Amino acid sequence: MSKIIVVTSGKGGVGKTTTSASIAAGLARAGKKTAVIDFDVGLRNLDLIMGCERRVVYDLVNLIKGESNLKQTLIRDKRVDNLYILPASQTRDKDALSKEGVEKVLKDLMRDRFDYIICDSPAGIEHGARMALYFADEAIVVTNPEVSSVRDSDRILGILQSKSRRAELGQPPVQERLLVTRYDPSRVDTGQMLSVNDIVDLLAIPLLGVIPESKIVLESSNQGRPVVLESDTNAGQAYDDAVARLLGEKRPMRFLEAQKKGLFRRFFG
Amino acid sequence: MGLIEFFLGKREDQTANIAKERLSVVIAHERSARTQKRGSDPEYLPKLKQELLDVIRKYAPVQEEDVDVRVEKSENCDILELNINLSDHA
Repeated sequence: MSKIIVVTSGKGGVGKTTTSASIAAGLARAGKKTAVIDFDVGLRNLDLIMGCERRVVYDLVNLIKGESNLKQTLIRDKRVDNLYILPASQTRDKDALSKEGVEKVLKDLMRDRFDYIICDSPAGIEHGARMALYFADEAIVVTNPEVSSVRDSDRILGILQSKSRRAELGQPPVQERLLVTRYDPSRVDTGQMLSVNDIVDLLAIPLLGVIPESKIVLESSNQGRPVVLESDTNAGQAYDDAVARLLGEKRPMRFLEAQKKGLFRRFFG
Repeated sequence: MGLIEFFLGKREDQTANIAKERLSVVIAHERSARTQKRGSDPEYLPKLKQELLDVIRKYAPVQEEDVDVRVEKSENCDILELNINLSDHA
């Protein structure tokens, strides 16, 4: 049985697509057959972050409308085995993303024995975002340590708890987990930034991971490489930890402490 | 931390605390609005009331205001409460 995980946040620009790419690549690298679906119809970007933008032939809307089949539409990643990308369409055909259509695509993927289906949600709480989360078994709520992001994450949690299929059918709820991104421990130390504990207190859901603020995130997107593949960087390792926790491994949180400054930098930094 | 701040200690305005306080208020407020909304009557209630009324009228004359249907939500269960007042000569 495939596990469907939505990566969502409410607010835009907090790292949903970056996270979807890294979680999917990490799961595939761990040997799990994984598909990652871009639900941002009209504003396709997962293809760029995954570095397969020139290999897009068909898209999610083609697939839903029956203009292409799953095999034609899925893009196989060239770096990681078991990893497939399902791009969004660039036309603004909102009606195409019907509940029945999305369900059909997910069932096709399940029939193909995918272990994990990662749904990369668009920002906002409108139709696209609701379709991305509707069928989810688990949710990764991506949150920046910043007031509007935290508030929007709480809104999305409300929608997961009332508008998901699990909620509507009275099934066990969607398993929600928090991923804090763009975390800067030195600013937390000086009281300028909400701490991970603050955010966990406010949202009251379990913590999946903390991704430190890092230059590598921009540099990875420049090259179309999921951050998790940069194994020698903090952000890459933090994503790897998050993937391991998704798979049930217990790993301590890392990169929560600011790097100690030397005496010289303490005085003149 | 620069030279001056090092000697004077940390800056007074720890804005993260302000953020947390503001968020805890607004989130609590929005959550209570959500649960109230969810606690409101289910969509089927008006139709259920009408059909019940039709059935009861087959056997006894009742006015619309004699039948009271409500759903009450408590922590562990929802209760569907049905109150029918039959008039004396029924």
